[in-house]
Amino acid sequence: MGRYVIRRLLQAIPVLLGATILIYCLVFLLPGDPIQALAGEKKADPNITAILREQYHLNDPLYQRYWYYISGVLTGDFGTDFTGRPVAEIMSETFPVTLNLATIAFAVEAVVGIVAGVFAALGRGKFLDNVVLLSTLLLVSVPVFVLGNVLQLVLGVKWAIAPISYDSEDMTTLILPAVVLASASLAYITRLTRTSMMETMRADYVRTATAKGLSRSRVIVRHALRNAMIPIVTFLGVDLGALMGGAIITERIFNIPGIGGTLYQAVYLRQGTTVVSIVTVLVLVYIAANLIVDLLYAVLDPRIRYA
Amino acid sequence: MRRATRHAKWAVCATAVALVATACGGGGDAAGGADGILTSSWGDPQNPIEPANTNEVQGGKVLDMIFRGLKRYDPKTGEARDTVAEKIETTDSQNFTITLRSGWKFSNGEPVTAKSFTDAWNYGAHVDNKQANAPFFSDIVGYEDVHPASGPAKAKTMRGLVVKDDRTFTVALKEKFSTWPETLGYQAFVPLPRVFFTDHDAWLAKPIGNGPYTVESYTRGSGMKLRRWDGYTGEDKARNGGVDLIVYTDNNTAYTDLIAGNLDLVDDVPAQQLKNVRNDLGDRYINQPALIIQTLVFPLYRPEWNKAGTEKVRRGLSMAINREEITKQIFQGTRTPAKDWTSPALGADGGYKDICGDACTYDPAEAKRLIEEGGGLPGGKVTLTSNVDTGSHRAWMDAVCNSVNNALGRGAVCTVNPIGTFADFRNQQTTYKFTGPFRSGWQADYPLIQNFLEPLYYTGGSSNYGKFSNKEFDALVDKANREADEATAVKDFQAAEQILAEQMPAVPLWYQNGSAGYSERLSDVALNQFSVPVYDRITVG
Repeated sequence: MGRYVIRRLLQAIPVLLGATILIYCLVFLLPGDPIQALAGEKKADPNITAILREQYHLNDPLYQRYWYYISGVLTGDFGTDFTGRPVAEIMSETFPVTLNLATIAFAVEAVVGIVAGVFAALGRGKFLDNVVLLSTLLLVSVPVFVLGNVLQLVLGVKWAIAPISYDSEDMTTLILPAVVLASASLAYITRLTRTSMMETMRADYVRTATAKGLSRSRVIVRHALRNAMIPIVTFLGVDLGALMGGAIITERIFNIPGIGGTLYQAVYLRQGTTVVSIVTVLVLVYIAANLIVDLLYAVLDPRIRYA
Repeated sequence: MRRATRHAKWAVCATAVALVATACGGGGDAAGGADGILTSSWGDPQNPIEPANTNEVQGGKVLDMIFRGLKRYDPKTGEARDTVAEKIETTDSQNFTITLRSGWKFSNGEPVTAKSFTDAWNYGAHVDNKQANAPFFSDIVGYEDVHPASGPAKAKTMRGLVVKDDRTFTVALKEKFSTWPETLGYQAFVPLPRVFFTDHDAWLAKPIGNGPYTVESYTRGSGMKLRRWDGYTGEDKARNGGVDLIVYTDNNTAYTDLIAGNLDLVDDVPAQQLKNVRNDLGDRYINQPALIIQTLVFPLYRPEWNKAGTEKVRRGLSMAINREEITKQIFQGTRTPAKDWTSPALGADGGYKDICGDACTYDPAEAKRLIEEGGGLPGGKVTLTSNVDTGSHRAWMDAVCNSVNNALGRGAVCTVNPIGTFADFRNQQTTYKFTGPFRSGWQADYPLIQNFLEPLYYTGGSSNYGKFSNKEFDALVDKANREADEATAVKDFQAAEQILAEQMPAVPLWYQNGSAGYSERLSDVALNQFSVPVYDRITVG
């Protein structure tokens, strides 16, 4: 087990390096000069431009700049953006916000999705099942920005029961954005749970468990659901990263100062170091989530062992 | 944030929704009257908030609240009035003696002295400090020493600035510039307290100035709380208790918050909402000309646009654009058809005048005739270029092309070249890559006709991206800058503008308006020439 984890972590190093190189190149190949972008519609002062270009190594070849950057990152220094603001500071302000949002969204989709899926599977073809099927179909087909704006308008403006925008001093203002963010994945998880549960409920060992005289709840939770969880856990693991990286639209609608908006601004203003650093951390989140998922397989299904 | 109390109701309200949904949310829970605090939408300033490094409206908003300079532009008339300055005297329009009023203080108690100004200006000009507004000090003698065109600085301070005593200093300019004192209302020229230099980081985290407000807290990316400074001795004491600026990444969300009663003031009504804004806000909607003009600049560095006769083609193109229709249909009246190269916000005394005349009036027949007389469009076609990531640029470019194509009746001779991002557009613009007319948006830094003409059309001007060059025009601008009398200077500038009407180096399209919407709690809301709300005059009640 321990050796497996170490091997996976070692594998993560080339993935991380590859991802940063790729993104670094992409950002710096974008047309437009970041120093000119600082001056807006005006013409940047030539001497200041020259100093800044020198300071941020913009005259050096790409591979050299990448080396400066990555050697900084390896020593824990993410560098600064072109206004001189440390990228670590930007990330420490924005990541927690997005992490909170993603965590709430993750909890919503996991809890609601699995519970709804299980009930739908048990009452297959009955009223509740149809309600679940229909509502998830609706959630999957409505884009996030439509759902976000409609809920904002109905709950926020018309009924005035929900906040329209985020308030840093009030975490409950994240609930509605989190529900919106989780909506599509929530629908997938519900349907995934439903199908998976229906399959395992037909399995021989479940029939055996029932025949042994175990209580229904024990049969469902301990024997059926636990085995049905494997595809769901896989999806949840990948989705955690997607929730963080995909929050751009939701963050914009509800004015949440998270990484989505920061990333958008940074791309727009050609703040290369900010973009690469944020994406690097996102890649880390993906890698970690995938590792945890793989380890969870062994917990859920004793037949799976890592050596 | 003040909104916190309101949002805390969420949990309670969610359970009570079936019973009394309407009782939750909305409602003014904050104090009104002289101590009332208003909330206002804001955008995160790109650069740190420093007077000489802030060149956009959002940081400018804050500077306008926490600083007062030598002069200040009257929000209504745009006239530059002495504020910290008692008098600015000159005999030759080149050497100025500035005397300060006594009694001005920074909010940390430090008095505002002549040195507060000269230190601030020397800091802003010095190349090592990399301040975006450094060129504003380039008229002062000794600027080249602290800010050479290339290479390191040769001096710490500018020779042209001399402190006489606590309340007096003199400024020597390189050339005669009669309206120079009028430029001193610009935010780059405000004084700075000692702490700015001694503990720069602390100052940036919580700026200290000499204006009617003080910064209570500043959280980058989310907002700033400003409170009335009770020790302020200026005439324009704040009429409210303070302003909470809240960062919105999307102006649609800000507008929705305004409609729902969670926000008091929005100074940028999103384009999608313009159709509803009268219904939603009634007379709590402001739409007035700002110091912004949009033009189409011809690439006169390209021989095909600069040979003899092409001025007729350029003029013809201008007359083929139906400005009335486009500003109404696409911009819902938030743009005003242009009649000159300045802005109506200058006022008639400031130099605004219908100088373009017929050349800016839609006349398809005459347009067609002029273009044919001038030898036709270069290569038989014209391509308009703009970035299309903001500001409905794609929509109006299509409309202008349709207008031109209809007027000429030669099929699709006008096409658009949309550029995905502003950065890419600027890159190509500053390296003179465009082969056809391109968009140029100009926001004046101070309400002076000089600022609309010299940087844009003077030979080698800092933002003369079409490389227009005309000896007569340059001579008239030089003459205007030498005039001792302001009214005469304006006349000279208008004469120079007349040359633009003949040569048409840039087609004036429309003036951009400033817009704002506000809640029922507020009154006396107005925008200044820079489309920034005049916060100190707003009353909450």
